[in-house]
Amino acid sequence: MTTLAASALTVRFGHGDGGLTAVDRVDVDVPEGATVGLVGESGSGKSTLARALCGLVPLAGGEVLIDGAPVRRQHGRAVDRHRRVQMIFQDPFSSLNPRITVGEAIAEAIGAGKGASRRARAEGVRRYLELVHLDPAVAGRFPSRLSGGQRQRVAIARALAARPGVLIADEITSSLDVSVQSAVLNLIRELRDELGLSMMFVSHNLATVRYVSDYLAVMYLGRIVELGPTEVVVADAQHPYTRALLAAVPRLETAVERGPADLEIGDPPDPHHPPAGCHFHPRCPVGPVVAPERQICIEQDPRVGAEDRPHRTFCHFAASSNSTTPAPVGEEQVHVGCDR
Amino acid sequence: MSEPSTSRLRPALRTPVGIAASVGLAAIIVLAIVGPVLWSDDAARLDILAASQGASRAHPLGTDALGRDILYRVLVATRLSVTLALLAACLGASIGIPLGAIPTLVGGRVGKLVTGVINLSVAFPTLLVAIFVAAIVGVGARGAIAGIGFAIAPYFARLSQTLSSSVAGSDYLAAARMLGVRRTRLLRRHILPNVAEPLLITMTIAVGDSLLALAGLSFLGLGVQAPQYDWGRMLSEGLSGIYVTPVVALGPAVAITLGALSFVLFGEVLAKAAAGGGGLRWTRWDLRALALPPAVPAAGGADALPGVLSVEDLTVSFPGGAVPVRSISLDVAPGEIVGIVGESGSGKTLTAMAIADLLPAGARMTASRLSLFGEDPRLLGESQRRRLLGRSLAVVYQDPMSALNPALRIGRQLGEVAEVHDGLSKTQARQRATERLRSVRIGNADARVRQYPHELSGGMRQRAVLAMGLMSEPKLIIADEPTTALDVTVEQQILRLLRDVSVSGGAAAILISHDVAVVSQLCSRVFVMYAGRIVEELDVATLINGPAHPYTAALVASVPTMGSDRTRPLASIPGRAPSPYDDAPGCPFAARCPRASERCRREMPPLEPHSPTQRAACWHPLDGLEDVAV
Repeated sequence: MTTLAASALTVRFGHGDGGLTAVDRVDVDVPEGATVGLVGESGSGKSTLARALCGLVPLAGGEVLIDGAPVRRQHGRAVDRHRRVQMIFQDPFSSLNPRITVGEAIAEAIGAGKGASRRARAEGVRRYLELVHLDPAVAGRFPSRLSGGQRQRVAIARALAARPGVLIADEITSSLDVSVQSAVLNLIRELRDELGLSMMFVSHNLATVRYVSDYLAVMYLGRIVELGPTEVVVADAQHPYTRALLAAVPRLETAVERGPADLEIGDPPDPHHPPAGCHFHPRCPVGPVVAPERQICIEQDPRVGAEDRPHRTFCHFAASSNSTTPAPVGEEQVHVGCDR
Repeated sequence: MSEPSTSRLRPALRTPVGIAASVGLAAIIVLAIVGPVLWSDDAARLDILAASQGASRAHPLGTDALGRDILYRVLVATRLSVTLALLAACLGASIGIPLGAIPTLVGGRVGKLVTGVINLSVAFPTLLVAIFVAAIVGVGARGAIAGIGFAIAPYFARLSQTLSSSVAGSDYLAAARMLGVRRTRLLRRHILPNVAEPLLITMTIAVGDSLLALAGLSFLGLGVQAPQYDWGRMLSEGLSGIYVTPVVALGPAVAITLGALSFVLFGEVLAKAAAGGGGLRWTRWDLRALALPPAVPAAGGADALPGVLSVEDLTVSFPGGAVPVRSISLDVAPGEIVGIVGESGSGKTLTAMAIADLLPAGARMTASRLSLFGEDPRLLGESQRRRLLGRSLAVVYQDPMSALNPALRIGRQLGEVAEVHDGLSKTQARQRATERLRSVRIGNADARVRQYPHELSGGMRQRAVLAMGLMSEPKLIIADEPTTALDVTVEQQILRLLRDVSVSGGAAAILISHDVAVVSQLCSRVFVMYAGRIVEELDVATLINGPAHPYTAALVASVPTMGSDRTRPLASIPGRAPSPYDDAPGCPFAARCPRASERCRREMPPLEPHSPTQRAACWHPLDGLEDVAV
């Protein structure tokens, strides 16, 4: 069992005026055996955060901690020597080398760094292919001969073959067809439970994230603006942005009466020049745009005091703290996923 | 080379160009090996009496100033000419490839500097650089090789730069790094095999080019010096007597041409094989200018129903036997919003494109009836049909950027529609464009009309495309995955807009999506497509509560929703959909269907009424709320 955490993690691309802070002092914990879902719109920095945690992107600040110990940096990247964090990529067409057979790709993951024998590797390849419900005969094929769903299974098998403690899944179902998506989601849940993996599940699809995750982290312009147990956040979202995301999920159950949600929160701002104070204030349905007296949203960073709000919400007017009804869940429980 | 590329190479070599190139190349290689061995003596034999002669029986290509036979000399010179060209190409590659890899490997300022140097050197004329370097290094074979090697190095550098940056940014390399794969193995198994193919192709073409360039240098006297001789030198010698004995110059000239051509063509053949022949490639942008595919109007095709759209037995096929849309029928009433749901490859987009007359080149469409706004577009003349489709039909695509011309301002693009179809003046058209942008709730429309598509956000662009469709009051809007590329919050806005536009303008709409939930939010009636057929047609309430076709049921059940039970696995559909080439009888879903029987595998079920609100093509339909978990 392994835990993964980010502490004040910052990733910047470019310099000066053209620069972009993709991840802005993010704190997040992936507890042992738990799954943290990360949702956000495109450009929110969720994929960059995932890549930074795997050591694929140089950090501009902060730490990645595995089992509580900071990971040493190599060329600015937090690269774990023991390969305890593995990622599954969005596009199974680009994440598998077209020139390498399925078997070799998995064998590479088994053998890299260790002196496993040829026979042990072949046996391992068979085992991992069976683990992801693929015919072991697939081992001899090139990725071009496989369907999208099969490729994604191979990518999962390859990640598992490195025997990671933490799995990071970055939009792993969004390039798959609907009928294949559910099979991959089922597989991921099954493997996580069987192998006791900790996991971060990144997706733009809130319904998918809710289905898979124990904790829900909502990312907006490089910051995690709300974080808590999934069911609690879904039932009692604090941040207006989380509520907008929840309202935007197309719901089959109530589709006929409801139609598309009436969301007029405008388009996302330019991430190169994030708005001052609360990044969400120009689109916020309870912010200064509708309530001009709420100047605090423009003037003060809502990060200040977030630890004291339920779900560690980056909002000066978080829902429950505003209303008279107490938060439905005890503080302790709410903070499990973000104990920093 | 790996298995996939060799299997692609064989068909490419069987084309006429492929055969010609490989025969030419093989001949050159054989000649280069055996030529000097067999004919060195013949080529060196002096026959002063027969000096500087034209073609004769003894000397088919004439003789040179010392009476040596040109034919033998051309054959013998093959080795030197090709060797020099190979060496020059190798030199160019060995300078250029590492140079081009530097920006990716090192990055930072050094990388930028190297990139600048490469860009600058690509701009220099090749032959000029070659002459310059050859003159510095010294006249002779060595100078010529150095000159040409340096001159072509920038092309290798540019290629290697592009390749290395694309491989370095690839997910599979990131995955291998994360797995801790050793550096040597990274290079050997992950990087080299993926850059080798294009480099090899360029290498082959470079040899051909070097052959030409070397001939040029030798011709200028900068190349091979006597007593050595290559084709270029022979050409230059022959040219001095061109008015007296033209055939003497002809031999080496033909050799140079054929030699260079063989290498270059072979390179092209390799490139074509690598790019992967087959597979139809078209972008949506291309489609707009395409002509109507050949259509077969059936008898009685003209008497149309009063609806907006009515098609019967619509089939779309491609040369080679693919039939991605198979005999489907659908109809749309005025003001109605219908949905087409299906997975990739189900034929939903091609169905819409067939209706909108936007099928890719080569596609063949047939229908026993096609009625669009009461007319059969197939029976209309070119201009009438354009007018009908242009004014009454609006198409919204998944990627708004591909539907907008990046070089035109928004106002201009929208205005063009009104100018062409409604004959408005420029000012009037601009005014209407601003008005329509406002109607799709684009704020500050006066300023937006002056902007270019890239200055707008994704949601804005999709609104602009919708506004473009609204320029001439359409009666039918076809929206093909209009929100798939957009964020959820923007998705809802676009869907709502689509509905408002349809309601206020009285336009009917067809919404195509892979997402059952999206379709159910907007549409009253839904067609479910699978493997090119409509397997079920039903109203939205029935879609949610009681689909009859097992595929529809599985599709609905397999999508996680905010209400899904988190403790239970999702329904999933095993196996995969048949390909559009598949012509097996029976229900296309039978192989994946838990209810399939022998009959399903034998006989295609017809689309028949199942309940008052639905029709299904299934021998064993579900009744009401059964457990649909597969």
